[in-house]
Formats: sequence, structure tokens, C-alpha cells
Amino acid sequence: MIELDKITKSYGETVVVDGVCISLQKAGVTAIIGPNGAGKSTLLSIVGRILGADAGTVHIDGMDVARTPGDALARRLSLLRQENHMSARLTVRDLVTFGRYPHSKGRYTADDAAHVERAIGFLGLEPLADRFLDELSGGQRQRAFIAMVLCQDTDYVLFDEPLNNLDIKHGVAIMRLIQRAARELGKTVIVVLHDINIAAAYCDRILVMKDGRIVEHGEPAEIMKDELLSAIYEAPITVHRIEDRLVAIY
Amino acid sequence: MKPLSPATLLPALLLVAALAVGSLFVGVSDVSPSALFREGFDGRAAQVLLASRVPRTLALILAGAAMAVAGLIMQMLVRNRFVEPSTVGTVESATLGILVVTIFAPDLPVFVKMLVAAAFALAGTALFLRILRAVPLRSILMVPLIGILLAGVIGAITTFFAYRYDFLQSLNAWTTGDFSVVLRGRYELLWISAAMTAAAYLAADRFTVAGLGKEFSTNLGLNHERVVALGLVIVALVSAVVVVSVGVIPFLGLIVPNVVSLMIGDNVRRALPWVAIIGAGFVLACDIVGRLVIYPYEIPIGTIMGVVGSFFFLYLLLRKNARVA
Repeated sequence: MIELDKITKSYGETVVVDGVCISLQKAGVTAIIGPNGAGKSTLLSIVGRILGADAGTVHIDGMDVARTPGDALARRLSLLRQENHMSARLTVRDLVTFGRYPHSKGRYTADDAAHVERAIGFLGLEPLADRFLDELSGGQRQRAFIAMVLCQDTDYVLFDEPLNNLDIKHGVAIMRLIQRAARELGKTVIVVLHDINIAAAYCDRILVMKDGRIVEHGEPAEIMKDELLSAIYEAPITVHRIEDRLVAIY
Repeated sequence: MKPLSPATLLPALLLVAALAVGSLFVGVSDVSPSALFREGFDGRAAQVLLASRVPRTLALILAGAAMAVAGLIMQMLVRNRFVEPSTVGTVESATLGILVVTIFAPDLPVFVKMLVAAAFALAGTALFLRILRAVPLRSILMVPLIGILLAGVIGAITTFFAYRYDFLQSLNAWTTGDFSVVLRGRYELLWISAAMTAAAYLAADRFTVAGLGKEFSTNLGLNHERVVALGLVIVALVSAVVVVSVGVIPFLGLIVPNVVSLMIGDNVRRALPWVAIIGAGFVLACDIVGRLVIYPYEIPIGTIMGVVGSFFFLYLLLRKNARVA
């Protein structure tokens, strides 16, 4: 269970996250959506403890992320950021192998190797496994990072806009993969998404953020409503049911 | 491009061994296998070999490997391809340390002088990292520029005090990397740098992860500050030991890790043995060249490395895809 209590973060005068309180049950995929500048990425970074909050606490299964030793937390919680600027030249397999670092601390076992190969296979990276990341396209590199996070094999996985740089085929594959990881392996996934239709189609819950607050949360059917979405995005949006799916048109 | 396999290390190792053997037999004094055989163990050739040639060759290998590895560590910590101990103020700080200890406590043993130099090197490098954190980095070239500026300032302070206390000539003698002064009993501190190289290898994965950035390290449960501190200690100690024993070997830590990065990539566990071997081989080769060009006289290795290194540095800066550097 993830519990956020009065999380606040400001940059100078601007309050980016404003007293967010919410508990998320274990398992399932939760999407965070909202307009630009709503504080989605900041909130995710605070939960993923790469950014300190000004006030408030985040507990993951009762562990305070700001106080729990980093290596213990790294076996429970992983985060993939939106921008992964790499200056180091690593191969795809090297990068994915580092996902095992919290478990093996550099002494990689046969079990670790199996995890690595599985993650590489999951993302269809076999032909690229020995290539350097700086020789890949943006989408291929994104898949390599996702493979690394999967390889970290944590109960809680946070993704900040994982579909950036991905084409439709790979984007859908990643969302299916995230869905499967939640259903079959019981992982708890929180994912910041730009596309509300992707969120509605693949996620169990949606949190809607605006101006640093969570303004709505619920199942996709509760969120996918004309007035609600129009008000949040400040643009006319209508929701239609097409082949059993709720689709927002804007 | 696939990274080279570890099996290719063997020929590289053999090449360095060949250079080392060559280094044993280059010099004014006649030390050849036949002379050794003719004169026996107590002969002059054997004396020169043991007192001068073997120490010199060992010093070249130890200093070359350690300085190249220090460059690699520095580049991972700063996440920039254009830095190394002699372009960010580390070496200049170590030199300032030696000057201070020579002025105020000239009778201290060499080991203590080295520790003082290491403390100065540590402080200077920490200052560099502190400045980097405060300056908005809009371009990767800002990092080496800031380093060179800081190195210039520290160097100027050193020159000022050396001038005031009449040490300018000795300062010049210390700082120009020169292995001709290496004799038995005057290079052994360099084994400390070998220990530091080994420590760097043990912590190799940590340096790779640190090279992926602070947030990346945090996600993998690694204490980034602690890794940076460990790296700084290694870099400072290696720089201090090398400056105290043989002087400054410029650009080595820049050239070798960049070449290895292009060949093998930046996984420190895999790259470090290569960096150490090529560093040792490169220094051996430059030293042999320096001994042969104006034979029977010598050109100090610092001069040769300076010439080769500055051209390579320009090449790195100017090549088309410097973006990925």
C-alpha cells in the first residue's frame, strides 16, 4: 500500500504539489493524468524518493521513503523517469543487468542472468542486446530502460510517461506488459500518462491532478465524463463509447 | 559495434610486457642481456638494472595505469568525457600542497608530504565539484572550461608563493613529469596508487551506476554521495602519489579512457582493465620515445605527453559527434 500524507513541494513561490493525501491499494495499474504543470511528475518523483518533499510523508508498505535505507527500498520500489540522459556508453544488456544491482550488489548470479534475459525477451530487445545505447533510436532506448526497471523486479513500479518516443506498436505492447505485470505478478504500477484514452483503456484507476492537487480519482468509467475532463483540461472534450471502450474526443 | 571480448586483453597485456622489457634495455649505460650474462650478478649492468631500470619501468607501469584509471573515475563522477585530474585542478592542488609542505616543514618524510599533497588534491577536486553544482551547465564544454580555469587559478597561487620563497626552479622540476629521476628507494610510494587502482576495480559497478547520474543511483539504492567521496579519495591519492614521485603526466587520464570508451564502452568493470593496461603501455611507449629521440639525452615524458595529449584533446573537442562524448 502506498500512503501519501500532506505531500507539499514548491519551487520558490510556485507551489507544485499542494498537500496531496491519498492511499493506493496494492496491485493494479494507476494512471496519473492532468494538464501540463499539474505536478504529476513531481509527485511521482517524491514517491520514488529521488526528490524530497518540503512537507508530508510517503509510506510504502509502512516504510517511510525518506528514512528507509536506499538499498532496502530499491528492492521494493523502482522508478523510470521521463528523461534518461545518458552520457555513459553502455550496452543494452549492461543497462538491464544494472536493474539487478539492488539484489546482487554486483555479484551477479545465474538467477540474475535469467532475470536479465527474460526482461530483454519481454521487450523484444534480443537483436539489440549487445549494442551501445547511444547507437539506438529513442524508442529502442526507452524499451531498454523499461527492461531495466522490470529487471529490478520490485513490487512497486513507477513510470513517468513511459510511452514517450514509442510508436503505436511498442506503446500498446508496453501498456499490455504493464497490465500483465499487475495482474499476473501482483505488481503495483503507477504511471504518469499524457493520453487519457490510453489511461482509460489500460489502467484500473485514474488519479486526476490539477494545480498540484488530486482533484478526482476513481475507475476509468467514473473519470471519463464530458464535464469533468473539459473542466480539467480547459478544452471541450466529449466521451463516447466505441466498441466497449470509453474514448475521449477533443 | 559489439564491445571487444575480454580474451583480447591478452595480446594487449603481452604488448605492454614487451614494452616493459624494452624499457629495461634502453639507456646510456650498456645494460643488454649479453652484458648481464658476461658480468654476472655483481656486475655493473646488473647494478644499473636493479637500481635504475627496473624501478623506472615499474614506476612507469604503476603511474601510467593509475593515472589513466583516475581519469576514468573522474569522468564517471563528473559525467563528462573532457575531464581528468590535470584539467580540473586536482594535480595543481597536489602541487600546491607539496610546495606548502616544502616551505613550512621541509624535513617531513616523503610519505607525510604525499599525504599533505593528497589532502590538498582532495580539497581542490571537491571545490571543482562544488563549483559545478553552482554553475548552470548549458554545454558539456563548460565543465572542462571551468576545470581549466580553476586549475589556472590554483596554479597561479602556487607560482606566486614559489616565486616569493624562491622555489620557482624546484617547482618546475617537480611538476614536469620525468621518470629519469626514479631510482630504487624513490618510487615505492607508487605502490599506493596500485592499491587505489585495485580499489577502483572492486567498486567498479558503483562507479558505473554513479556515472548514470544521481537519480539513477538513488533508484538502484546506491548512496551517490558516498560513491563520489570514494572516487575523490582514489583520484586525490593517485594524483598526489604520482606528482610526489614523478611529477605531472598531463592528458593521460583524458586520452586513455576516451579511447577505451570508444572500443569497449563505459561499463567500468569491463573498461577498467583496459584503461590500466593501455595507460601503462602508453606511458612506457612515450618514455621510451623520450629516451631515444635525442639520445643520449632525454626529453621528459611530461613534454611528450603534453604534445600528444593536446592534439588528442583538440581532436575530441572538434570531432563531429562531440555531443555523445
